[in-house]
Amino acid sequence: MEYINIFIKSIFIDNMIFAFFLGMCSYLAVSKTVKTSAGLGIAVTFVLLITVPVNYLLNKYVLQPGALVWLGEKFQNVDLSFLSLIMFIAVIAAIVQIVEMVVEKFSPSLYNSLGIFLPLIAVNCAVMGGSLFMQQRDYANIGEVVSFSLGSGIGWFIAIVGIAAIREKLRYSHIPPALKGVGITFIITGLMGLAFMSFMGIKL
Amino acid sequence: MSKIFTTPLAKNNPITVQVLGICSCLAVTAQLKPAFVMALSVTVVVALANLIISCLRNTIPPRIRIIVQLVVVSALVILVNQVLMAFVYDVSKQLSVYVGLIITNCIVMGRLEAFAMSRKPMESLLDGIGNGLGYGVILVILGFVRELFGSGTLWGYPVMEKLGLYNIGYENNGLVIMAPMALILVGVIIWIQRTKDKDLQED
Repeated sequence: MEYINIFIKSIFIDNMIFAFFLGMCSYLAVSKTVKTSAGLGIAVTFVLLITVPVNYLLNKYVLQPGALVWLGEKFQNVDLSFLSLIMFIAVIAAIVQIVEMVVEKFSPSLYNSLGIFLPLIAVNCAVMGGSLFMQQRDYANIGEVVSFSLGSGIGWFIAIVGIAAIREKLRYSHIPPALKGVGITFIITGLMGLAFMSFMGIKL
Repeated sequence: MSKIFTTPLAKNNPITVQVLGICSCLAVTAQLKPAFVMALSVTVVVALANLIISCLRNTIPPRIRIIVQLVVVSALVILVNQVLMAFVYDVSKQLSVYVGLIITNCIVMGRLEAFAMSRKPMESLLDGIGNGLGYGVILVILGFVRELFGSGTLWGYPVMEKLGLYNIGYENNGLVIMAPMALILVGVIIWIQRTKDKDLQED
């Protein structure tokens, strides 16, 4: 039950975009058509699903205070947590690179549809944010971390596909010239965020 | 030279025109103090990262430049994070993950790619400070508006209470503190700026 709770919670209540504004840059830049935004959404979900559990293991067995105790008694007081930022970003950059190569080798069609988005994900705040939230929230075991990362990815996917669909329709409406483009997208994202806040009352 | 410094403040503002670095700008501005600290941290990181990368620009192999940039930026962010934890611990707790997220802040990477990789160190430093301040201006405006109307205080000082507005029936607007309102406020700032400056309008 715990896993499903975390999964649902990270999709709707703790939505990466509407509750924490993570991955806003690519969200605003790539949400012009539904097709490309769905591609980016899948890529982000995929990378989150791999990087967050890997960073969890890294955090648990290397970085946390006292995590190195499996090396022997004298490592009990070693605290490497100040290194976590640089380690996380290195892991993310490396995994994005590996994922890119694997996808290119085994599924050229998926690779072509994701296109340039894969390398860009290394600097997507949603991916880094997923790892940092994982560290901050202290999940009990790797199952919870997996359901958290999958849920966050799907939440991000829903958000970007939703805004892309709205922006496609928006092209035919009369908007004040000064608000066209970025301005109206901000305001609509705000309104969508307000709608998503209604999930907050749900107790899981 | 002075143009490099002044254009990012308004005409080419990182948030309202380049639309970079939105995540942190929205998340930390519920109060003025964390917004100010965040603006300062980002300015320091952008300026120093620009300077360092610009000094190294001829020795970085183009194929691995993103990794080199990430390493430089994350080293700077770790320094900033440690300084914040040492001197303003409460603010550092409030900013939580968003200090770490300066690494993936698009302003930093964007300026490194677009400016520091091809310009001289002094110019890059100025560009970094300018962009940091341009980001900071928007953050401080948002923090000011949201704290004043959301909690009725400024930098923790109870302005609305001292003015005696509560006695005549004024109430705080809780909506302004909530996350989605930040997005709408940025939209309004963009609206005002583009109404004044017609060149920036999109078609």
